[in-house]
Amino acid sequence: MVTATAGTRTSGSRLLTDELSIQLRDLYKYFGETPAVNGVSLDVRDGEFLTLLGPSGCGKTTTLRMIGGFEHPTSGSIWISGQEMGDRPPYRRPVNTVFQNYALFPHMTVGQNIAYGLEMSGVPKAERQQRVAQALEMVRLPHVENRKPSELSGGQQQRVALARALVNRPSVLLLDEPLGALDLKLRKAMQLELKQLNREVGATFVYVTHDQEEALTMSDRIAVMSEGQILQLGTPEEIYERPRTRFVADFIGQTNFLDVTVREASGDTAVVELPGVGVMRVRRPADGPVSGPAALAIRPEKIALLQDVPAGTPSGWNQFTGRLDEIIYVGTFTHYLVALPQGQIVTVHRQNRAVGEAEHRVGEELTLVFDPAVAALLVD
Amino acid sequence: MSARTTGTLVAETVPPAAIPVRQRARKRRSPWLGLTSALIFAFLYLPLVVVVLYSFSSTKVNAWPIKGYTLDWYRELIADRDIHEAVQLSIIVGLCAAAIAVVLGTLTAFALDRYDFRAKQAIRFFVVLPIVLPGIVTGVAMLAFFTLLGWPLSRWTIIIAHATFCVTLVLNNVIARLGQIPRTLTEASADLGASPQQTFWRVTFPLVRPAIIAGAILAFTLSFDEVVVTFFLTGREKTLPLLIWGRLRQGISPEINAAASVIILVSLAGVLVSNRLSKGSTFGR
Repeated sequence: MVTATAGTRTSGSRLLTDELSIQLRDLYKYFGETPAVNGVSLDVRDGEFLTLLGPSGCGKTTTLRMIGGFEHPTSGSIWISGQEMGDRPPYRRPVNTVFQNYALFPHMTVGQNIAYGLEMSGVPKAERQQRVAQALEMVRLPHVENRKPSELSGGQQQRVALARALVNRPSVLLLDEPLGALDLKLRKAMQLELKQLNREVGATFVYVTHDQEEALTMSDRIAVMSEGQILQLGTPEEIYERPRTRFVADFIGQTNFLDVTVREASGDTAVVELPGVGVMRVRRPADGPVSGPAALAIRPEKIALLQDVPAGTPSGWNQFTGRLDEIIYVGTFTHYLVALPQGQIVTVHRQNRAVGEAEHRVGEELTLVFDPAVAALLVD
Repeated sequence: MSARTTGTLVAETVPPAAIPVRQRARKRRSPWLGLTSALIFAFLYLPLVVVVLYSFSSTKVNAWPIKGYTLDWYRELIADRDIHEAVQLSIIVGLCAAAIAVVLGTLTAFALDRYDFRAKQAIRFFVVLPIVLPGIVTGVAMLAFFTLLGWPLSRWTIIIAHATFCVTLVLNNVIARLGQIPRTLTEASADLGASPQQTFWRVTFPLVRPAIIAGAILAFTLSFDEVVVTFFLTGREKTLPLLIWGRLRQGISPEINAAASVIILVSLAGVLVSNRLSKGSTFGR
């Protein structure tokens, strides 16, 4: 099993190697005149947990359905385990799917549901029974074999759907927002279980969701999609810490966007001017802007909010002052909204470590301090 | 004060869907609704009750109040050979019409549900039309048609005529059911390795079967009771409703009441079973 390591990117030239589970090449799907998938190329490694993340209508589900064989690409090709899928129907593809609403057969028992795929591939009855029992064990749901799906709770149905797919030992498991119908607590528990299952069974998981937190929690890599295209592909850390575009920075987590002017650019750093505040040093992606107006993104929890700058602060760190405008207590964190001289608002999150920690007061003048590495110029 | 205000606010912002159905029904209840409902049902069902009661009456003339009770009319009914033959014919006609309707109606339903084609709306319309047409129109038209073909009137002409409107019942039942089956169920079946044929026999058909049976029962019931079309197309034989109609000319005999009661019972059973099957298992949550 090959797990994704942070910082690596798949290169488009690597075709048909053993490590790759799924390859999508220039995939397009039009519904009438509208492109649902607009040029997607993607390599998924064997055993990887890859998430297609994006808002509704971004093409993530259509992409998944094309891998499963439920939709045919308008153009482009799909390879699974080194074989081109072409027009191959769903029942001849080495993939299994967990559907959004589980799609359990209502007229069959749980056991019959799970055995269905094995029966279709001609597995003898004795082995079938054994594997059904194993599958139910795997999803921690023994003793329900003879019940009808309608007698189970949503969470249990979800597990049955998983067992029904995994019992066939597919090389690829497709999951279409499978946790969407569950309540928050159950969803969190299932997220961890899915991640564990992925490691245990060694199958490649392709997961579709619009929930960024879910994507960050489970994925080896995330492909952020918008308007039928992949905007950024990377590990959760890369996606969160180094979003390349405004869309990615905005869709995942919370971000401060500042309009700046690039004064100097050299390699991976740049000097930018924030109007009314001054110049600062920031990180610049390889294909980032070299001059003129640009957008800067800083995560709210990366900024320190201080009354006096302590002596040990590294000299290269950016500092500027603002007036505290509002304090919002949200439990784990307190959010501070700081107004800069020209009216820009910067949000700072601070974890509430102690009870009754010395609080700032609204109207106070405070200094914002941050490492140049956490402020990144955006490509668009 | 402020707490109360908040309370009302919250109550008002609860979307209607969140209020349990029973509670909603209770809110709107008025004494008039119950009364009018009772009157309407009395209007519909009292005549039936009266016929059933008369069928047990010991007097030969229908008269109220009933003086005494007897099962004589049912005994007479059982002994009556004409009625036997009529019942037999009605059952044969009903079964054949229902069988034709099941085959044609189910196939049409699948075609309409699965494929998009140009004549789709037209076909849907023309298949449903016979049930809307007055029986007298169907009867006259069919009679003219069979005469034109030179076909002698027989039980087969009745069966064909009945089948035309029975198809509609099966079609409507099956197509409604097909519309309820989520597409993901057939997709899941394909995903698990089932060929289209396997998916049909293992998933689609078992899910549609209750609707087919329900449609067949309704079709049979409708055919069993049919008078107008049958009247035009019957040969020498008489179906049960036609026999009853014929005998009414000699006045309503208690034996006819007994026969009517049996028909009511059979129809009621048919509709109940059909309803039960139509509800069947529901999909989704």
